[in-house]
Amino acid sequence: MDEDRSLIAHLLRRAGFGATPSDIDAAAAAGYEATLDDLLHPERFERPAEDLLARFHSEHSDEESPRWAAIKWTYRMINSRRPLEEKMALLWHGVFATGWAKVTNGQMMQRQYEMLRDNGLGNFRTLLQKLSRDPAMIYWLDQQSNHSEAVNENYGRELLELFSMGRGNYTEDDVRACARAFTGWTMTQVLPRYPTGYWPAEFVYREEDHDNDEKTFLGETGNFNGDDVIEIIVRQPATATFVAREIYRAFVADDVDEDHVQEIADAYVRYGYELRDVMRFVFESDFFKHARFKRVKSPIEFVVGTVKLAGEHRDPHQFNLARLPALSAMMGQELLNPPTVEGWHTGREWIDSAFLVERVNFAAEKLGDSSAPGIAEIASRIRSGHTSASAADLLDACAAEAGGVNLNESTRSAILNELSVQDEIACEGPELDDAVAEALALIGASREYQFA
Amino acid sequence: MSTTHGNGNGSKRTREPVLVVLQLSGGNDFMNTVVPYGDPLYYDFRKTVGISEEDLLPVNDDVGFHPAMAEIKSLYDSGNVAVIQGIGYPDPDRSHFRSMDIWHTAEPHDFSSEGWLGRTIRELDPQKQNVVTGVSFGSGLPRAMYLSGTPAISVTELESYGLLTSLSGVRQRAALNAFTRMYVPEEFEEAQMVMQHIGQTGLDSLAAVDLLRSAPDGYSSTVEYASDPLAQSLKGIAQVHLAGLGTRIFYAQHGGYDVHGNQVQTQAKLWSQVSRAVQDFFADLKEHDASDEVVMLIFSEFGRRVRDNGNGTDHGSGGGAFVVGEHVAGGLYADYPSLKPADQVSGDMAYNNDFRGVYSTLLDDWLGIHPDPIVNGHFEQFEGMLQPLQL
Repeated sequence: MDEDRSLIAHLLRRAGFGATPSDIDAAAAAGYEATLDDLLHPERFERPAEDLLARFHSEHSDEESPRWAAIKWTYRMINSRRPLEEKMALLWHGVFATGWAKVTNGQMMQRQYEMLRDNGLGNFRTLLQKLSRDPAMIYWLDQQSNHSEAVNENYGRELLELFSMGRGNYTEDDVRACARAFTGWTMTQVLPRYPTGYWPAEFVYREEDHDNDEKTFLGETGNFNGDDVIEIIVRQPATATFVAREIYRAFVADDVDEDHVQEIADAYVRYGYELRDVMRFVFESDFFKHARFKRVKSPIEFVVGTVKLAGEHRDPHQFNLARLPALSAMMGQELLNPPTVEGWHTGREWIDSAFLVERVNFAAEKLGDSSAPGIAEIASRIRSGHTSASAADLLDACAAEAGGVNLNESTRSAILNELSVQDEIACEGPELDDAVAEALALIGASREYQFA
Repeated sequence: MSTTHGNGNGSKRTREPVLVVLQLSGGNDFMNTVVPYGDPLYYDFRKTVGISEEDLLPVNDDVGFHPAMAEIKSLYDSGNVAVIQGIGYPDPDRSHFRSMDIWHTAEPHDFSSEGWLGRTIRELDPQKQNVVTGVSFGSGLPRAMYLSGTPAISVTELESYGLLTSLSGVRQRAALNAFTRMYVPEEFEEAQMVMQHIGQTGLDSLAAVDLLRSAPDGYSSTVEYASDPLAQSLKGIAQVHLAGLGTRIFYAQHGGYDVHGNQVQTQAKLWSQVSRAVQDFFADLKEHDASDEVVMLIFSEFGRRVRDNGNGTDHGSGGGAFVVGEHVAGGLYADYPSLKPADQVSGDMAYNNDFRGVYSTLLDDWLGIHPDPIVNGHFEQFEGMLQPLQL
């Protein structure tokens, strides 16, 4: 695979969920800068039409169900021409980890996801302001129990520890002051589900329940309200580093290089917390361009990337869409339901024996299906470039078409040793489709395929 | 000092205490499972879903089993069933998912991703010598079994379990050969440690698959399990145990207990499945001279409201649990929670046993490991409920 296509494929894996070979062709023809510019401006493209999803998946289409919200999100990840906004939503969902295990209300979870998606490339200050008014978050961290006369510190603490600065950068007094600044930030009552069904709750600010006394927060003193506290938080150097590290781990590599994190943190300050500019800086950096296959794919990235490559679920009617988020859950990542407020443990922790069996089986099933549109497309591309191919040529061509999977020499020889085709294969006949599917199944089963 | 028993096909099984956890998902209505029929308040609160005295399987003058539980009643009469009357945790949560998380992590106040059985597996096999020390049957690994870095295997059904199962015959064998070579952990430079980790995990998974797939080979039994998924899960557990693979922790799940409506019919169907499956499971083990090696915990994430809603019951707290096995001192444990309105907690039975005390009893007296670090604290145990396995 030539360098231009390899680099574009890397960008499409990271700023999106992977790509078909023809997507890569089109992006390579447009060039890296133009492709990146489109990714950073999702508003230039329509979101995929979803009006038929509920009709074709009616057994799952319960608006009260958080599972339905996860199914629709999965469909968007596969089909959106605005993949970076979905990727940003996924990043912030992992950071501001809210789970329906406690929230239980599908509409509230759906609205939080939309808020993260719509603000994920915006200003970090705005993102924290919206987050602090999000009903699912309020309920998740008991913010509705935070009263002027009875302070509940849960949200105030996690805002500092898990959502912005990280431990060691503030005192217990700061936690207390932060929580007091958010007193009175609550929501309309959530009615119990039975017998009336769920009702989405709205954010409300109750002035009479707000602690109006003076507060000292991170060395500054005033009659702070929640937004004042956020203003102080976003300009802290610790916040810059925190945001930079989260972006680095989501988009660059699992193993953190602190120098590169600092470069991203500097960009965060330089661009006034504008995340779109920060992301442009990252994607244009040499350290990003060189960090190929340095991240273990998260389960939903693994599932969606594999489905995209196989060319499936492009249409809303394809059966079994609900299986995809369910499989991601079986691999350890249940969308909209992270295990704790700390989010998922990523990187090598995605690989556990129960999870790996699911990953390998899924990839081999999808990529080994010669009738899948994406697999047929790969066979036809190989056919149009070759009249005949050796087993080694075939394997290398498949790895390249699958986004440039970087097979190491021992993997390559292990696969070659077991392919049914051992000699030259004529490309015009149907045996090519079969051989391509076989090679792709083994590529999907490889260690290298676990990485993005 | 352990003896071994044949399973009929020549392989040897080491006698070790084994725990099977059966999860009833959805919030089983304990009040209609072990029914306090001697208390007139029961019939006041259960006007539509109450079970009449003549239909019950009486244990004594106070309580009786649900009519669909004939097989469990018979195990009870043999002294092999302990009924924990009233079980829960402080500040009950009526969300299915949160409450199940609490049971899975033994952590009612903070969110945790570490399962109590994951920690148990680590304690039983700290060197990770056996990749199948913990095996779950059902869809996906329950959080109870999960602990990062500790192997635990999840099997949907034994017959179709495997790696690269979308391929068949020669293709699958070739792919497995390739897999074995592709996952050999090599000496990598430090930056590639994750490759080594994936390699080791891949080979562990493959080893587990080979072990588990071989389990049914030498198995035969006169017991005919029902065809429902729970019965098939318990059959799989019996097969794996009898194959002598050294699995110490098994998990099975049975869903559908969220009976807001249509409770009478639903609960009867579910408990007839559980009752028969549990009986068949222990009968199968007994036929293979292994029934004293296994103890089963049956639990649900919560009980239900004391007062019915006209057709079913809504989410409550204070439920019940069962511990089944030949080494169990059968009987009723603790007093049945009072149904008096003044004693209820927001319309629910007050729990009178912390579930972590039951976990502790199982860990300490049956598995022989120190419970406190696993259940996040020290909890009162049920003295004498379990007798250790004589090896």
